Amino acid sequence: MDYYWHLLAFGGDGWGDDFAWGLLMTLQVSVLAYALSVVFGFLGAAGKLSRHRILRLAAELYTTVVRSLPELLVILLLYFSVASGAERLLKRLGLVAETFQFSSFWAAIIALAFVSGAFMTEVLRSAFLSVPPGQVEAAVSIGMRRSKIFTRIILPQMMRHAVPGMGNLWLSITKESAIISVLGSFSELLYTGYRAAAGTKQYIFFYGLTAILFLGITLVSVLAIARIERHLNRGHH
Amino acid sequence: METISNVIGFLPALIKATPLTLLLTAVAGAFGLVIGTLVALARLSGHRALSVPASVFTFAFRGTPLLVQIYLVYYGLGQILPGTWVRHSFLWPYLRDGLWYAIFALSLNQASYNAEVIRGAIKAVPRGQIEAAKSIGMRASMILRRITLPLAFRSCLPVLTGDLIILLKTTSLASTITILEVMGTARMLQRQSLQIFEPLIAAGIIYFTVVFILTRIMGVVETRLTRYRTARA
Repeated sequence: MDYYWHLLAFGGDGWGDDFAWGLLMTLQVSVLAYALSVVFGFLGAAGKLSRHRILRLAAELYTTVVRSLPELLVILLLYFSVASGAERLLKRLGLVAETFQFSSFWAAIIALAFVSGAFMTEVLRSAFLSVPPGQVEAAVSIGMRRSKIFTRIILPQMMRHAVPGMGNLWLSITKESAIISVLGSFSELLYTGYRAAAGTKQYIFFYGLTAILFLGITLVSVLAIARIERHLNRGHH
Repeated sequence: METISNVIGFLPALIKATPLTLLLTAVAGAFGLVIGTLVALARLSGHRALSVPASVFTFAFRGTPLLVQIYLVYYGLGQILPGTWVRHSFLWPYLRDGLWYAIFALSLNQASYNAEVIRGAIKAVPRGQIEAAKSIGMRASMILRRITLPLAFRSCLPVLTGDLIILLKTTSLASTITILEVMGTARMLQRQSLQIFEPLIAAGIIYFTVVFILTRIMGVVETRLTRYRTARA
């Protein structure tokens, strides 16, 4: 038993601090990717609901393709192409120096967000459609501007319907963030677990620990989502 | 132009790997359905000795990444098994292959998701149906077999087929434990050819096609099994 406590020590020979940083990294990656996926989701939903055929087609293509490919595949493809593509574009535009390198951290975040964004698109689209048209018509009839209609009428009402789906996507993005351990350049939880397990041959202990930490994230998230849902549903029964 | 011909050049090797992806999907899907049903029944059984372990199981498997589960099973069992009787049994030659660990992890993961879906569907079976079965004197096991489960499965079929397609995509994670299904083959081709994108794009084409076909097949199965809803005399 003492041996296991020793493995968890903070500092040179223990893995405690590595796991603490790993947990922080996983949370950081998840939060950033989630925020960006909401942006992708709003763009996608706006595209799908747009009056322009081309935008509709582009959004349709985005969700269909991303949702029928494995996450690992999309993440690998984007991880390699986003970094080099963005680098070339920024250099051609003369915005950065020749020695500039696109951060692989952001490439991974963008890749994760792009995948979740496709699912977010569907959640936001159906939430938007669940707002009764009469509400918008009433707002128009009293002369509200379009931007105000969106922030005051549509957004508050659609979020109530979007929260369960968005909560599920948060839970799945925290878990999907483990996939970037395959890239081998981020010390998030699973990669930390991988290094610790390979270094000490204590596979069950360290992968078990990794699993428990992920479970902790899920547990806290589930409780938080339930609170948010209650808050947004106040006044409804 | 060269890219396109490269991508096409990778297709045959990937098509050869497709049956393994389908096998993983079918086997883990079948085990997942059976285990998932049992777990759902255990959760609804009303006996704490059954329902508590079943809820712990679903929470643990749904709350952790599949990749962690795969590593835990593959490396974890690899740590334990050599020290036990299994090392010298007839099973050992098979257990050196990563495939069994992948099937094990994928099945349990799928079971945990299926269990939640099936549990919801069983709870949604109208009480009147079960009361009617009781009133004509059916035994509990017969009610389950003839009334509850058929009704429950039909109502949650679209979700189950959706989960099967998600399973097909997640079998790609088996590539991380040396299994050469479509994704694993694509990553091997990446290393051999030193081309980053072409093998992945070719694999993407395969997955897209298989998912497309599977979605269509599942659509047909769904309309068949729910014919009572659409059929008119």
